[in-house]
Amino acid sequence: MEVDYEKIEKAAKRRSGVLRGLTYAGLSVWALIVLFPFYWMILTSVKSYASYNAEYVPSFFTLHPTLENYENAFTAVPLGGYLMNTVIFALLTTLLMVVVSVLAAYAFARLEFKGKNLVFTLFLSLMMIPSELVVITNFVTITNLDLRNTFTGLILPSVTSVFYIYLLKENFEQVPDELYRAAKVDGTSDLKYLWKVMVPICRPTIVTVTILKIIECWNSYVWPRLITDDPAYYLVSNGIQEIRENGFGRENIPAMMAAVVVISVPLIILFLVFRRKIMEGVARGGMKG
Amino acid sequence: MSTNNKKAWLYLLPALLFLIFFMVYPLIDVIIYSVEEGYNFASQTYFGVGTYNFSYVLHDPYCLQAVKNTFILVIITAPVSSGLALLISVGLSSIRPLRELYQTIYFLPYVTNTLAVGLVFMILFQRTEYTDGMVNLLINWFGGESVDFIDGPYWAKMFVLCFYTVWVVMPFKILVLTSALASVNQDYYKAARVDGTPRLRVFTKITLPMISPMLFYLVITGFIGAFKAYSDAVALFGTDLNAAGMNTIVGYVYDMLYGDSGGYPSYASAAAVILFVIVLTITCVNLLVSRKKVRY
Repeated sequence: MEVDYEKIEKAAKRRSGVLRGLTYAGLSVWALIVLFPFYWMILTSVKSYASYNAEYVPSFFTLHPTLENYENAFTAVPLGGYLMNTVIFALLTTLLMVVVSVLAAYAFARLEFKGKNLVFTLFLSLMMIPSELVVITNFVTITNLDLRNTFTGLILPSVTSVFYIYLLKENFEQVPDELYRAAKVDGTSDLKYLWKVMVPICRPTIVTVTILKIIECWNSYVWPRLITDDPAYYLVSNGIQEIRENGFGRENIPAMMAAVVVISVPLIILFLVFRRKIMEGVARGGMKG
Repeated sequence: MSTNNKKAWLYLLPALLFLIFFMVYPLIDVIIYSVEEGYNFASQTYFGVGTYNFSYVLHDPYCLQAVKNTFILVIITAPVSSGLALLISVGLSSIRPLRELYQTIYFLPYVTNTLAVGLVFMILFQRTEYTDGMVNLLINWFGGESVDFIDGPYWAKMFVLCFYTVWVVMPFKILVLTSALASVNQDYYKAARVDGTPRLRVFTKITLPMISPMLFYLVITGFIGAFKAYSDAVALFGTDLNAAGMNTIVGYVYDMLYGDSGGYPSYASAAAVILFVIVLTITCVNLLVSRKKVRY
């Protein structure tokens, strides 16, 4: 009897061991599919132009890595300019968005006013509207205001973000009311209370929102493409498209890959530093695009 | 009270201004554009009001191609990516060592520039006179024939577009599903273990019902996201999507608005309104179905 029982237990263990092995194998296959494009772009970017074009059958490694493609990426096309534009665009948009959203979220979370519920419901219903629908008029507006190929034109329509206002409001509401009343007794103004109490307490959420918005700005393509046709104002997304279509010539793929690496690295670093914050923020409902 | 009132509106003012100017007004305006016939962008005049723009758009072969492409993309990628994400998330939550590493790797596509990485996909799949490309090398290893996925047959181009779309949306889905799986009450599993319930039964009777609301949410957002596909296609096939025969509805809207074939905000608006109606219908149908089917 006892021997039988041991046998059954061993078989069960073996079976779960096999299942575990299969799980790891499956997960590794997907990890490989995710990582391979990154490996390939780095690999291609360090192959020289001649050696890349000599490979009819692509090779999976190179023994003579070179940095000449990176030199090319910054000298033959204005990649540095694209990067600079994107940094300016992302920082200004995010800064404006955070200020505007914090003020609005504070009004919804802490202040009492007539029609608050109605206004908030209208706010939320705006979340359903796809940006594709409003982009047409915004394009016409910005064109009529003569703001094409300016940072103002790029930034202004990108500021609004109902979702982040909602996220901040939820967070602000968790700060106990007593703090507010105590501050009122001391004669603290609302603005000072917001700045000295609310913002420091809710800093984690504000940081999350900031990072998510920076990622969004860095990757935005449609609006910059519509509103800029002067390469001096291109962001990285339409910059890379420009490089692809008229940059190094279609055949210089290693140089293109070097540009792709340069564009991708800042965000990957940002992600690795703020990994937990970003993933937590996205899990709470952030959407790409 | 009234000073408080004023103060509150003052705090709201910046956000309201932005929203009204760049969201509410455009929303109304786009509907007006869509019914103004023969609108001229330069002189800002139009002939009359009617449904001509809609009928023009619905008879435009480029638009029909775009609608067809978009529907194929939606029908393939939304279920495939949700199913795959479910499989991976269940796998992820059943292991302990290396879990964080896998999670970090899986999230990488979320933080990359779609346009930039799309270029890498193009190179992996493209067949040129210099090289058959990486993917064709794999196909040849398994005894297949080389295919040009970027300039070749329709199904091949569609395959790349679907593959890339799935690759791009997976991080979000895996993340949402792993956190949904982690929030399932562990007592159910303990009870099931005491009863000696087989694994598959535990999965279909406990795990799946518990996360079904999240799964439905993902399918809906997957549908909507795929309907708005555009930059993925640009990344793979270049800006002239009509020539490649791989345009999407959103791409058609932008092409009508701007670029070599642009300058027709009325047609663009009509197409955008059609897209909005499709997306809204699907959202509503999904909501109705999910209210009936999703049960704890």
